[in-house]
Amino acid sequence: MEPGLFFFWLFSAVVVVGAVGVVVMRQPIHSALFLLLSFLGVACLYVQARAELVAAVQVLVYAGGVMVLFLYTIMLVNVKRQRTERYLHRQAVPALGFGFLFLLVVGGVVVNEARALAGKAPAADPAALATTVIGSETVLGNTQAVGWVLYRDYLLPFEIASLFLLVAMIGAVVLGKRTMERFD
Amino acid sequence: MSDATFALVATGAKILFVWVIALATILPNLVWAERRVAGMIQDRPGPNRVGPFGFFQIIADGTKFFMKESVTPLYVDKLLYNLAPWITLMPGLVTFAVIPFGATLPVTIGGVTREVPLVIADVNIGILYIFAFTGLGIYGIVLAGWSANNKYSLMGGLRASAQIISYELAMGFAAAGVFLAAGTLRLSGVVEWQQQHVWNVVPQFVGFLVFLIAAFAETNRLPFDLAEAEEELAGGFHAEYSSFKFGMFFMGEYANLIAASALLATLYFGGWSLPGVAFTGVWGALASVAVFFAKTIGFIFLFLWVRWTFPRFRYDQLMDLGWKFLLPLSFFHLIAVAAFVAAK
Repeated sequence: MEPGLFFFWLFSAVVVVGAVGVVVMRQPIHSALFLLLSFLGVACLYVQARAELVAAVQVLVYAGGVMVLFLYTIMLVNVKRQRTERYLHRQAVPALGFGFLFLLVVGGVVVNEARALAGKAPAADPAALATTVIGSETVLGNTQAVGWVLYRDYLLPFEIASLFLLVAMIGAVVLGKRTMERFD
Repeated sequence: MSDATFALVATGAKILFVWVIALATILPNLVWAERRVAGMIQDRPGPNRVGPFGFFQIIADGTKFFMKESVTPLYVDKLLYNLAPWITLMPGLVTFAVIPFGATLPVTIGGVTREVPLVIADVNIGILYIFAFTGLGIYGIVLAGWSANNKYSLMGGLRASAQIISYELAMGFAAAGVFLAAGTLRLSGVVEWQQQHVWNVVPQFVGFLVFLIAAFAETNRLPFDLAEAEEELAGGFHAEYSSFKFGMFFMGEYANLIAASALLATLYFGGWSLPGVAFTGVWGALASVAVFFAKTIGFIFLFLWVRWTFPRFRYDQLMDLGWKFLLPLSFFHLIAVAAFVAAK
């Protein structure tokens, strides 16, 4: 097996093991840590796809920010270990059935797509993706490429998305404040 | 020697050099220096019995860490409890990989001269790499606090996570100003820009102040050491650690301190460069390395100085300072820098 392929499978395995760990673990902190493992695996896959910027942002935002807040919340409200309760009661059989159906549909699409692509040249050269032509000069690097696309080609969707996030943030502040006043 | 072999050997040599200088020389001496500086500032001798100026105190201290009994309390989460000290040590060690510590060094082997840039890995995303790993380092403190099964530890872990999240944003915005001005995320590019123009501390003094304050918070140093706060939390996140594992937290803190100092020197004080001096040739490169480490040690001294001078913040003051003062300030600073860059 060539090294690139080997690492692809390795990181993919990390992502899947992490994802399974999130739902299987009984201790919420352990679940959160498995989610972190999954995020890191995804970051590794990004690096392999030569998207270093996305990988760094993935670690920075998800692993360094979101997950720390998750841990903070779990620790703050002191969620206890699940002991006796079973996760799946009567849903077990239907859940397995639907899960299998879902796997069949998604797997079918992926396999079909892979068959169609087999033997063809890749749609884009990773090295070319990391180069941007700005005006007359060629700039090397992921960061410039992402910035250029985000703030020029997709400026409007980008701004709309940030507006949505702002609205969500203000909403969260308002909701949080109201409960604070009620308890005071 | 082929180019590939040479690159491999050069990288290995650079890693070894940084390891020896930054971690095996500065770090242990920092323990001694901290206590001597503390003595100096508080008008008392400090450790002065073991060896000249108490210099061999570090050997005594180190031996103590190894020889003490390692106590693991009951009902701890064994895996996370043992893993946490290692995670804390990591960011300080990996940060040095992307910090340029000198000018290019010409190396002649067998009549062929090759230029070796004195940085271990000059990655494209330089600063993001550092922020990503510093962000991961917090897990060491948080997990230590949680896994030890002690309410004081837990409080320390909680405090640390909230504190680092709060100050990371201000730190990021402040640093963004530097990269906006230099037009690259590469740290070697930042140093080059400062060499050609002016040290960033002059045009971006506000950003420097924000970054400096945030660096104190990120390294958990006084006046922001609320995660350990021995008077209130009896050591906080490391209350249940002893012997070598405690020593690792200790080393982790110092490694982060050295890394933060090196970063401050690189981003705002020209890194290895000096205004009006061209570092060329072998001796020039070596001189630039000396300049870089002198600046780093200067910042380390500043960290020690502040620690033994200022009292600790209260937790609400810490949050107010971070969210209501530093964050808006860094934001306006970034906008000002952006306007300036756009106007130019």
